[in-house]
Formats: sequence, structure tokens, C-alpha cells
Amino acid sequence: MGNLDIKVRVDASGLSCPLPILRATQAIRTVAAGELIEVVATDPGSVKDFAAWASSTGNALVESGSADGKYRFVLRHK
Amino acid sequence: MDETVSLVLFSGTDDKLTAAATLAAGAAALGKPVKIFLQYWALAAFRADRIKADHGLAPEAGAAGAAAVRAALAAGQSHWSETLRAAKELGEVEIQACSASMDILKLQQSDLDSLVDGVEGVAAFYINAGEGQIIFI
Repeated sequence: MGNLDIKVRVDASGLSCPLPILRATQAIRTVAAGELIEVVATDPGSVKDFAAWASSTGNALVESGSADGKYRFVLRHK
Repeated sequence: MDETVSLVLFSGTDDKLTAAATLAAGAAALGKPVKIFLQYWALAAFRADRIKADHGLAPEAGAAGAAAVRAALAAGQSHWSETLRAAKELGEVEIQACSASMDILKLQQSDLDSLVDGVEGVAAFYINAGEGQIIFI
């Protein structure tokens, strides 16, 4: 994961639903097709939300993981 | 398949408006068109001069529920009007006031926050809802 070329990082820590996916939607529009963004959230619901958001919008969920109460998602703009 | 999600907002308490704004913003983030129709007390809450006022909570909140909601707002939870503003910026979200409710409450569109795009009747609401889901809050 260290060699991913992430263009924009979004810290959505402390934000509750639906703000993490709103911030992600805003951020992914700022990068070109094929480029990556990273979102870090603390909302446990964000795990299922980002999977649903990716499948619905066509943006790919490249990585999804959690550590120390934080959830991290890497998304590729379609 | 009609992806449009239509929300009819009737209740004007902050908890129900927050729940409605969450549903609207989530749909917008998924790329679904969202139509919001404001009736009665929800419409009254969109008055420009009191949109950020305390609109109270549903009766079932009780004292403990009210404290939890206040704590969430104090901890930085987005006000429902700001959630709707963000949803409008990133998606296709249209907010219309019910003309009959406007009449009952003696309101003009100029009395309402700029979140409100216009005034329409129930027939226009149904036509715009198409075959999509309609949610009443």
C-alpha cells in the first residue's frame, strides 16, 4: 500500500453518516479518471457505505481496511 | 428503472429533518436524482429567518434523547441545512415547497431559504417522482 500514488487524502474522522461519502464524492471529482483518493473515517457504517458507494457509482474500491478504530478506503475515479 | 428518490418532508423537528437530509445526501452521493417536497412544519423550518433556529425534537426523544442529539451537534455533526447544501452541490437535488402549505402558513418564496428551488403542487410532485420511491418523513 505504500507505493500507491494517492492524489487526494480526505480525513473524515469524527464525521457521521452521510458526511464521509459526501466528502469522498467531492474529493473524487477533483482527480482525473484512473487516479486515486484515500478516505479515513471513524464511522463504522462507512465500511458498508463505501462498498455500496463504489458499486453504485462505478468508482473502484481499491483498498478497504481498518486499524486502531479507523477505517481506510482507497478509491479510484472511474 | 427510475432511480429518482422523492422525499416528502412534513415534520419540522430537527431530528426528523436531520434524518431526511441524511437520506437525501446519501442518495445524491450515489448519483440518484433527489426530489424533496416540503409540507407543513417542515416547510416552516425552511424559513430563511429561522432555518438554524432550534426546531425541537420528536416527542419520543425524551430528555436523554435530546441530550444525545445536542451532544452530536456540539461534537460537530453537520446541521441538516448544511447537509442539504452539500448534497445540492454534488448531486441533482431539487427542493420544492408545497403550494397549499405555503398558502396555509402565509409564506412567499422570498420568505424561504435559498435551498428551496421553487413552489409546486402535488400533481407536479407526482409527475416528477415518476416510478421512483417516495418516502414520507
